[in-house]
Amino acid sequence: MEKEYTAPTVTEGARTPLPVQDGKSPIRRGDASMNLLSKAYYRYKKLLKVIRLFLMIAGPGIIVMVADNDAGGITTYTATGAKFGFHLIWFLILLGPVAYYVQEMTVRLGAVTKRGHAEAIFHGFGSFWGWFSLMDLVLLNWLTMITEFIGMTAALSIFGVPRIVTVLLAATLMGTMVIQGRYWTWEKAAMVFCVLNLIYIPAAFMIHPPLKQVLQGCLIPQLPPGGFTNELFFFLMANIGTTIAPWMIFFQQSAVVDKSLQEKDITGGKVDTGIGAFFTVVVAAFCVILTGTLLPGQNIYDAGSAAAKFMGINKQLGTFLAIGLFDAGFLGAICISLASSWAFREVFGWAHSLNNKVKEAPWFYAYYFFGILLAGTVVLIPHAPLVLITLFVQVIAVTLLPAALVFLILLLNNEETMGQFKNTLFQNIANITIVTLIVLVSTLYGISALFPNILK
Amino acid sequence: MILEFFKNTMSTVKGINQKYAKPQIKMTPMVKVALLALRLYLIFLVGILVYRFITLLR
Repeated sequence: MEKEYTAPTVTEGARTPLPVQDGKSPIRRGDASMNLLSKAYYRYKKLLKVIRLFLMIAGPGIIVMVADNDAGGITTYTATGAKFGFHLIWFLILLGPVAYYVQEMTVRLGAVTKRGHAEAIFHGFGSFWGWFSLMDLVLLNWLTMITEFIGMTAALSIFGVPRIVTVLLAATLMGTMVIQGRYWTWEKAAMVFCVLNLIYIPAAFMIHPPLKQVLQGCLIPQLPPGGFTNELFFFLMANIGTTIAPWMIFFQQSAVVDKSLQEKDITGGKVDTGIGAFFTVVVAAFCVILTGTLLPGQNIYDAGSAAAKFMGINKQLGTFLAIGLFDAGFLGAICISLASSWAFREVFGWAHSLNNKVKEAPWFYAYYFFGILLAGTVVLIPHAPLVLITLFVQVIAVTLLPAALVFLILLLNNEETMGQFKNTLFQNIANITIVTLIVLVSTLYGISALFPNILK
Repeated sequence: MILEFFKNTMSTVKGINQKYAKPQIKMTPMVKVALLALRLYLIFLVGILVYRFITLLR
């Protein structure tokens, strides 16, 4: 019985068998190659569509993760590299998934509830816990903003730029990014600064680090020579402490809401967060490689002094590091200031979207600029207790971080609001383990900041 | 003008307190235990901060 030939559809493609006929048939061979071509074209179009969709969704995850490497983070990584060489790179790599698991929850919560984290706490746990979280966040973010300005001024002071010029430059840039009245524009501008954060990678390649030792540090879990000391414990705590900060939770959830991400965008949001976590770890590792290669065994107390030391060794390298530090502080500042503004305004129910013009959301923008100016002014005060402020940030963070994380997990387990997007058993096991670890370590870190001799 | 601003703010805060007076999350045993642990943790932290403040003053 002769079989009738029908051209396979694009989706069936190669799986549809060609009809068996006598002799050679150039037409059918042509059909087959056409099928292959059409299939390849279909896949290409599908891939383009996926990439385009991802580029529309991408942003909050990458920005929050890269901004996690703020001025404080860069200081911690450079100090770790200088003190322990490449021995702790594997530990930093492990922190990538930790950050991802926590931040991924904010994507789901924001996309499903359409509420920022501050509003979600008010709604879920009532006004007591709401006000506690909001006020703590506002205070902590303001203090952290000061540390970001300290980082930016230290970075540009290497080029002889006066503090006031740096503060005005940063404030103007931050203002310009938000007043144009579109979230999309702000996000893409922030992405440019995220790319600049990768400057530590070419900088590390410039100094030709010992590849074998670096790879060993990356792949083989090991302790530095001298074993497990109190000093090592302090550094491990500091690195964990910089991985997750309270503002990150509030920022990403509010950004997801402001970007109007829906349930169907959650997968894209997770990929966005995963890519961001990857870059956070890469930048952190390259910071460690830089100081581990050039400043081994030295005590680094701030990234600005590390950049100044690099300037003495190689001007180009020092310039790279100073630019990187300014960028890190700037990225941290733009995200932190927005996190506060979003949180405050969403609770008060006023217009609080970056898509609103200044006239439409005057309080949102007024609060945003007030926060920037207040933080910038503190840095300009002669003999301001900047070291004390940095210590205070660590202590205040300890009061807010556990609460924010616990609320996050409880909200993610609320079936009534989360439905099919609630935490699975595996997610609960992973997240509760991570949160317990972070709470314990950050508490110890905060206590060690209050009682510096406790670990000696 | 300033007085009016504070009056407005206070009435907004009252409105927020009324709006969120009742927690909307289902109070399962897990939620209750977590909130209790959080309260104890914060009391512990405040205790340490107060202790540190007093020892610094001395």
